[in-house]
Amino acid sequence: MIVRTTAWSAGPGCHGGCGVLAHIEDGKLVKIEGDPEHPINRGRLCSRCLAMTQYVDHPGRLRSPRKRVGERGENKWQDISWEEAYDLIEEKMGKIREEYGPESVVFSMGTGRDVGAWICLLAYNYGSPNVMFALSGIGCYSPRIAASETVLGDYCVFDGGQWLPKGHDDPRYQVPETIVIWGYNINASCPDNIFGHWITDLMKKGSKIICIDPRLSFFASRADQWLQLRPGTDGALAMGFLNVIINEGLYDRKFVEKWTNAPHLIRSDTGTLLRASDLVEGGSPDDFVVWDTAAGAPAIWDSAELEFRAPGAAPDAPPLTGVAPALEVPAEQCAMHLLDESSVPVKTVWSTFRAEVAEYPVDRVAQITWLRAEDIVEAARMYAKSRPATIQWGVAVDMTPAITPTSMAIAALWCLTGNLDVPGGNVVARSAFGAVAYALPGSRGPIQLPGQEVDATRIARDRYGVLSEFIWRAQTDVTLEQVFTGKPYPIKGMWVQACNLVGGIGYDPQRWVKALKKLDFVCVVDTFMTPTAELADIVLPAATFLEKDGIRSWWTPLESIVKAMEVEGCRPDNEINFELARRFNPDLKWHDLHELLDEIVSPSGMTFHELAKKGWELPPDGDPSAPYHRHERGLLRPDGKPGFKTPSGKMELYSVLRERWGFEPLPHHEEPPFSPASSPELFEQYPLILTTGRRSPVYFNSEHRNIPWLREADPDPVVELHPETGAALGIGNGEWVWIENMFGKARLKAKLTPIVPRWLASATHGWWYPEQEGAEPSLRGVWDSSTNQLLPMGYQGKDGLGTHAKCTLCKVYRAHTAPPGAYALPEGGVIGGAVSAAGTAHGPAPGHAPAAARGASTDDPGKEA
Amino acid sequence: MAAKRRAKAPENGLLIDYEYCTGCYACQVACQQEHRWPAGMGGIRVQEIVQNLPNDKSYLTYIPFPTELCVLCAARTRKGQQPACVQHCMAACMKYGRIEDLAKEMTKPRMVLWAPRG
Repeated sequence: MIVRTTAWSAGPGCHGGCGVLAHIEDGKLVKIEGDPEHPINRGRLCSRCLAMTQYVDHPGRLRSPRKRVGERGENKWQDISWEEAYDLIEEKMGKIREEYGPESVVFSMGTGRDVGAWICLLAYNYGSPNVMFALSGIGCYSPRIAASETVLGDYCVFDGGQWLPKGHDDPRYQVPETIVIWGYNINASCPDNIFGHWITDLMKKGSKIICIDPRLSFFASRADQWLQLRPGTDGALAMGFLNVIINEGLYDRKFVEKWTNAPHLIRSDTGTLLRASDLVEGGSPDDFVVWDTAAGAPAIWDSAELEFRAPGAAPDAPPLTGVAPALEVPAEQCAMHLLDESSVPVKTVWSTFRAEVAEYPVDRVAQITWLRAEDIVEAARMYAKSRPATIQWGVAVDMTPAITPTSMAIAALWCLTGNLDVPGGNVVARSAFGAVAYALPGSRGPIQLPGQEVDATRIARDRYGVLSEFIWRAQTDVTLEQVFTGKPYPIKGMWVQACNLVGGIGYDPQRWVKALKKLDFVCVVDTFMTPTAELADIVLPAATFLEKDGIRSWWTPLESIVKAMEVEGCRPDNEINFELARRFNPDLKWHDLHELLDEIVSPSGMTFHELAKKGWELPPDGDPSAPYHRHERGLLRPDGKPGFKTPSGKMELYSVLRERWGFEPLPHHEEPPFSPASSPELFEQYPLILTTGRRSPVYFNSEHRNIPWLREADPDPVVELHPETGAALGIGNGEWVWIENMFGKARLKAKLTPIVPRWLASATHGWWYPEQEGAEPSLRGVWDSSTNQLLPMGYQGKDGLGTHAKCTLCKVYRAHTAPPGAYALPEGGVIGGAVSAAGTAHGPAPGHAPAAARGASTDDPGKEA
Repeated sequence: MAAKRRAKAPENGLLIDYEYCTGCYACQVACQQEHRWPAGMGGIRVQEIVQNLPNDKSYLTYIPFPTELCVLCAARTRKGQQPACVQHCMAACMKYGRIEDLAKEMTKPRMVLWAPRG
């Protein structure tokens, strides 16, 4: 039997979307292949998905719910039935809800997985608004999306033709002349709802590459312009690009005049936008003011109707026509008489934006970024002169506490160069047909919080404006603090699903261990035991994508996930959470999961089963989720008017929302907290820039080290150093080294390679050793090589977003010994060992690498005799 | 006469446009899955080559190398399917066919034509 379905997370771990054909014999997976007809991958498939036979049948896979019978971290368990597990969870979490309130349980998730909707379903029906994406500063993707939503009302991705039935062979499509790959080794990573190798396809069709990356990636090697910038200075580079593009007149002036808020006036006294309410009696504070050069007078911009009005005109007066808004206010007109009789000088948003951009001449940008000024200029010109050109940004962009102003600068680039929502440009990405499961920026699915009053307790919602508008999450760093302070209310329980707080996503993992131990109740849902699961009270065994029904509605197409097989004892995340949501809320709207799936896909006019028969469906032209030129066609706003879904109806070069929230409304650069510029004393002690999280094509973050085919391809945690840096430090290739900074250290294997600059240490992240002892102090070897030990929590940006995992400092020195987990393929090629027999209290058989593996190979120069 | 003692000239092969190989390991794992090789064995292995160039520059190349275990997926090609590595190559930079035909397709630089054991 061959089952056609969609891959998404549990299994390959990814953000998903690829079509697969699962070959099932006697209920077992014998082979998995790419679906040649699928519009995303067209028959191709990545190594992680191709290794699914080793994943689903892995002897280490959890196959029964288990409850803790020793202390937390002792790795002593007893297998229990699902019914008993559900009863226990209901009892423990019910008690917390009764005594402390539902907000005292935090629901923690990992990245991009098919759990976001289901964890919200459970949390919201339990009554807690505290769903937490567990990375410091919520620092992956959400900040970029939120920043873009803030100024554009929508979010964009590079156009690989993914919206069109024939992809980049569709006649409506245009191959980008230039693709800017910004902080993204996209082919080796797990792209967010796009397919990295579309870019390789487009290179074959002539697309040129500008690669912004400190490390020589596949793309950097093949780029026309490679900008090897200092990590964390992306904001300065984007401002430098804007500087070149504006000064050399390479921007689309018509777009600026017509579609941005460039002509809106700013008061010089307060530095805030001039409002109609400042100017005329009864004027709205939501309406703005422009200088109409045609009339030689101010005109009101009605943000609701998207029309100009004469100041003081009657509400039913016809709109002003023929208004010619000035991009720069003539000097003699620069004082505006306000309602309060004062006379206040004004300037336009455009002048203010240009003044900010002028702070970044290329020489200064070169100094900040460690690039050559002429390379910045050439790259900016190449991008701006290409038609069309597109930018695809990666997680490296989120890795600065100034993520929002950085993203605003990059979004301004694709808007000002005329590449917004054009074929081959940066195209507005919306979920196909508007079918979404839960609240994401720009959409509201059926899974929603019961009400605003419940949301009022969400952690740090009141501190960070963006969390009330675009990101419905508890702020991670503040949440961790609250576990210890109990203020403003105690945190008593944590539901952790597809999330490895200790071994993967959590910075300062020792602190997460302490936090978990402080809680009254911890439940972990995962496919294998992890360092985090070791600290749970209950562990539930999750199903892979092959073992569940579900949908994927993230950008396009709308796709079905259909159950191809079952693994005895395991259950899908969505079924687990549905059952518990039903128990915690007897009034749950849906009777079963399929009723909910039907409602989620209903905007497409299909039921889940109708969708499943087709496998996927692309939205037709004219649907707001299908391109192109949607701001011109009135497809971006609910009222159908041309424009954007922002407070002003314009693409905002000066952000109305950021002004309201009390943050800088303009894009700019800020130094990350630990850098040669911001902490020169530390830089003397720790003279290398440390960037963590170099992606491996065979791993998804902290997963897959127990899958033999994948582990053999990338066996060790690696830190890449330039050969001259290695020589200067007395470090040989393949030698085990400590990377250390003011917060902690980790032991990795040095790979001496000229692909990194001399000043950089590029370290792989998410390393723990599934084959090692589960009990503390080992916790599956997580303290050996986890680079998160060098990263503190609590350094999020001013707006609660952004982080520093890719731009901090370290020193590197010989370790002399390999960690106990150093790789050698165990006998039989099985890594991670077998789970204990049902009912025993002794936990998984150790199953760690045999003693011979310790110390790695004999020719390891780092090994002590 | 020496030619007679050699093995039969290979008929089929793999044309690799290694300019576009991104080192994703899809071919390597696809082969292991197809032929159920344990970790450590397989018909094709991805290699990373970093070459220093003048002026403090380097070039990064990946290349899939068919090993002694490559049988060119005879069971698949008999059924009209592509070899597992070719179908799943994420960069679509591998082609299977008759060596004679593939040789004619070597029309750009940075390509290699393999004639594995088969």
